[in-house]
Amino acid sequence: MIAGAVGPVLELEGISKRFGALLANDGVTLSLKKGEVLALLGENGAGKTTLMNILFGHYAADAGAVRVMGRALPPGRPQAAIAAGVGMVHQHFTLAGNLTVLENIVIGSESLWKVGMNRDGAIRKIEDLSRQFGLPVDPMARVGDLSVGERQRVEILKALYREARILILDEPTAVLARPEAEQLFRILKGMAKGGLSILFISHKLHEVMGASDRVVVLRQGRVVAERVTAETNPAELAELMVGRAVARPKRQAHAAGAPVVVAKGLRVSRGGGMALDGVDFEVRAGEILGIVGVSGNGQAMLGRVLSGLARPEGGSLTFDGRDIARMTPRQAVRMGIGRVPEDRHAEGVVGDLAVWENAVLERLRDYARLGFVRRRAAMDYAEALIARFDIRGAGPRTRTRALSGGNMQKLILGRNLAAGPRFLLANQPTRGLDEGAIAAVHQELLQARAEGAAILLISEDLDEAVGLADRLQAIVKGKLSAPIAAEAADARKLGLMMAGVWGTADAH
Amino acid sequence: MTVALDILMTASLWEAVLRIATPLIFGVLGALICERAGVLNLGIEGIMTLGAMVGWLTVYWGGDLWLGMAVAVLVGMMMGWLHAMLTVPLGLSQHVSGLGITLLASALAYYLYRLWVEVGDLPPTIVPFQPLAVPGLSSIPFLGEAVFTQMPPTYVALILVVLVAWFLNRTPAGLALRMTGENPHAVEAQGLNPHRIRIWAVMVGSGLMALGGAFLTTAAFNSFFPTMVQGRGWICIALVVFASWRPGKALIGALLFALFDAFQLRLQTVVEGVPYQLFLMAPYVLSIVALVLVARRARVPEALMQPYRRGER
Amino acid sequence: MRIERREEVSVTALILAPFGAVLGALVLCAGLIAMAGVSPWVAYGEMLRGAFGSRLAVTETLTRASPLILTGLAAAVAFRARLWNIGGEGQFYMGALAAAALGHSVVVGLPLPAAWAVIALGAMAAGAVLLLIPALLRLRFGVDEVVTTLLLNFVALLFVGLMVEGVLKDPMAFGWPQSVPVAAGLRLPDLVPRSRLHVGLVLAVIVAGIIWLVQARTVFGAQTRAAGLNPGAAAFAGVPITATLAKVAILSGGLAGLAGAIEVLGPVGYVTTTLSPGFGYAGIVVAMLAALHPAGVVAASVFVATIFVGADAMSRATGVPSFIADVIMAVALLAMLVALLFATYRVRT
Repeated sequence: MIAGAVGPVLELEGISKRFGALLANDGVTLSLKKGEVLALLGENGAGKTTLMNILFGHYAADAGAVRVMGRALPPGRPQAAIAAGVGMVHQHFTLAGNLTVLENIVIGSESLWKVGMNRDGAIRKIEDLSRQFGLPVDPMARVGDLSVGERQRVEILKALYREARILILDEPTAVLARPEAEQLFRILKGMAKGGLSILFISHKLHEVMGASDRVVVLRQGRVVAERVTAETNPAELAELMVGRAVARPKRQAHAAGAPVVVAKGLRVSRGGGMALDGVDFEVRAGEILGIVGVSGNGQAMLGRVLSGLARPEGGSLTFDGRDIARMTPRQAVRMGIGRVPEDRHAEGVVGDLAVWENAVLERLRDYARLGFVRRRAAMDYAEALIARFDIRGAGPRTRTRALSGGNMQKLILGRNLAAGPRFLLANQPTRGLDEGAIAAVHQELLQARAEGAAILLISEDLDEAVGLADRLQAIVKGKLSAPIAAEAADARKLGLMMAGVWGTADAH
Repeated sequence: MTVALDILMTASLWEAVLRIATPLIFGVLGALICERAGVLNLGIEGIMTLGAMVGWLTVYWGGDLWLGMAVAVLVGMMMGWLHAMLTVPLGLSQHVSGLGITLLASALAYYLYRLWVEVGDLPPTIVPFQPLAVPGLSSIPFLGEAVFTQMPPTYVALILVVLVAWFLNRTPAGLALRMTGENPHAVEAQGLNPHRIRIWAVMVGSGLMALGGAFLTTAAFNSFFPTMVQGRGWICIALVVFASWRPGKALIGALLFALFDAFQLRLQTVVEGVPYQLFLMAPYVLSIVALVLVARRARVPEALMQPYRRGER
Repeated sequence: MRIERREEVSVTALILAPFGAVLGALVLCAGLIAMAGVSPWVAYGEMLRGAFGSRLAVTETLTRASPLILTGLAAAVAFRARLWNIGGEGQFYMGALAAAALGHSVVVGLPLPAAWAVIALGAMAAGAVLLLIPALLRLRFGVDEVVTTLLLNFVALLFVGLMVEGVLKDPMAFGWPQSVPVAAGLRLPDLVPRSRLHVGLVLAVIVAGIIWLVQARTVFGAQTRAAGLNPGAAAFAGVPITATLAKVAILSGGLAGLAGAIEVLGPVGYVTTTLSPGFGYAGIVVAMLAALHPAGVVAASVFVATIFVGADAMSRATGVPSFIADVIMAVALLAMLVALLFATYRVRT
């Protein structure tokens, strides 16, 4: 290909893909030029990931064509995409923790029928690429020992190792801290200058504004707009992305009461390091305390401790003055502590049980006589939850797996809120939900706050945290910053907090 | 104490160790290959039984000893194919499918043996493999008798350990196989087919298991009788964990195990008053103890027993 | 090809699955029978006759089914909680040994129901202990219980050998390695006169009913299902996973031990190392064919017993090796797995 040729390096034309009743992609057409950084913007469920899987050959499209350098790719064959120079960095890394960086990079790059591998050559090539693109990494390190940012570098090197000219990144910053993310985009821009073409998928407006040359907006499987980044603004993109002005409920000012849950110097170790390292916070009646931070900084362990699943090794944790550092989940429920787990599928519900069974799972003993479950009473209770919390598409006997994410979350929230808890842990309560469901969950949380519950909200969604919480603390490497009032939180300050930069001056 | 030392100092003990270890080496390598690709193969006990039967039968019907080994491998691969079909593309429970394969393969072995072989008072016999002295090396004192005067398949087993280790760690196909057992998504992302890799791994591994069984009837003994595998397959599954999925350690595990077994056999004849059942129990108890010792430290292939379905996480 | 979970599983499909699996197994095994030079029609006919052709045949089949119901339940309750108990065979023998030891002398003199109760509890405890070891090793050290329960089967059988040649050896058995017999007055009464069928069958069916009640209607049943289906969510909701699995292990091992006891108290009267024709292993097949449902276990036990009793008779009549029964059972198990897959998943291309 002649340098400076005008034709696009990558074209998608009329791509459609249907999963059952869901039309994930509907006639999507877009193109990527050489040396360009293109952002594909859309909400969760807009069809971005499906589109990328089609482009890379993981799925075959029902209709439409993918062309690289003007040549059509055969559908459903990742190998063809790789051979044509397309490299993909998945949102969930496709790496093996037990193998080395080298092994993770060279996998599949040589014929399976070859006897012996050219290890030294491979190492040299990886080191060259690392230097050229500013992606330092030790080829002999075990991937399981690397940080998340380093793992992403391995993913990118994997694509470059195969001579990728087009790099596709699916939500590349989902697991990165702000500074790491900024560094990543600097590297990507450098690559584009060097002649690579880059397509990244995101739902974060600031990233798209900061890093892309052009942006394509996807909504409900369709391309709804295409803009040159320099000629648009976040407000316009937000409206294009959501398609309607969805009003999330607003927090009403009201005075908080006495502290309900107080943690002082909580410490939990994990695999040599500290998952929680001297954590202090207090949550007061009628207030929401927001814990913000990039995922993997100790949120999960904090959630486990407050759910009664993990025990701190040091420090104190009290609930209304009683020590709850060693409580079990059952005791937590009995004391009036509500818990919304981080992962609805892994911890929230048993998908193969009926809705009514999940509704009473936490308080089975209350719905039992002589060891036998009082089914009638349990079903009545489930019926009441369904009505009160507007859980749609379900009766008490429906298999819980059949519920949508939002309705599943309402079920979990409902079984916690129905008893009027004094304290509620809400760990990533809206992750993966659509805007409508998010608004409903927020409404419930604010309602509980108004009724005097103390709520600890752990969230990676800054808009959510700032919108709901009265006070905010950032979690970084198992340490908590001092709290700041939500009114005092601006993007710069939060960014610094989440990067671990907090001085004593910020306290209170 | 001196009794124990005397036993350890005899070359015939060490000759026996290698002989007893041989079927275990084949079996443990086979199980290891399956598991490194992410498939637990509990069909091993039955596949060894069937391998023992068909290997023996081939020779009984006039075939060459090596032809018997080849037929065993082929039949083992067929059983492996069945297990792979059920557990890989269909993604069925590897536990239950494996047990089903064990029941099926051993039942087939017994059925066909009864059908095709006239059994009198004693089971019919064949002329088994004879020890092969390696020229030169076998005249080394002690070592020569202990190591270099073995049945030919034993040498094959030892060479296979090196070969499998080399294949897994030094070839692109071996890397692809290991990656399939760690993260099949990564394999798919590179345009390789994780299902195909798993199917082949299970077939090859099952072939080796059958070879281990065939050794029993064509070298260690000279006839086939039901229940002759005696849990060796299950012991191999335990040895794979003990060896943390590494061929070299698997060899060491098999040798240690065989040493223990050979030792207790000799001890039985010397020590009186202890019921022989206690000696026979020891290998099984030892396997369980070994599992407990390594269980926490074991670096299990991450995708072991995880069925892979395209586009599912 | 893609395999997707069905949103709603039809009960009809679940009930039809085992019938499809059995039919498939019989068709596939017809080829093996033909290899013996016998028409499959004739062979299957002989099997039916052998299992149901006379009053004696029917009682023999039901006698064979009785312990199978209990070992099948043992596997089913464990599998429901995702506890892979493959050690039913060993637990059966431990129960049998306990029954013989208690029934020979210890409980003699007690009033009959109390004596039986002590024997049953002792046998269940013996079976439970053998499963508790691997269950606790898994919970404490993460050792896969499949391998340990399998290995313990061999240990248990050797232990039986040790006992019947040692302290429990029957001095009146002309040197045969068999245990002392249970006292004649303690033997379970016959259900049908002049047959080996005993009240153990009734007991097994009642136990199946109790197990159903426990699984479907009690807190323990609900906790077991939750722990088996999604341990993470169950633990989060406050289900004590370790205690629940330990209770399941006690129940499962106890049921297999009880199977050993009724075989000793019922038709046999003493223990040998060949007491069980694979009741423990067949119990796994029974549980799978029953899709782990207690009512299904009863039906599947009768089916498996039919195959085995029928195959013996058929073998005598036609010369087809009776091992065909093992083949049919194994193929039925694998076919059941596939049938269940198609009942709960759909295949899309």
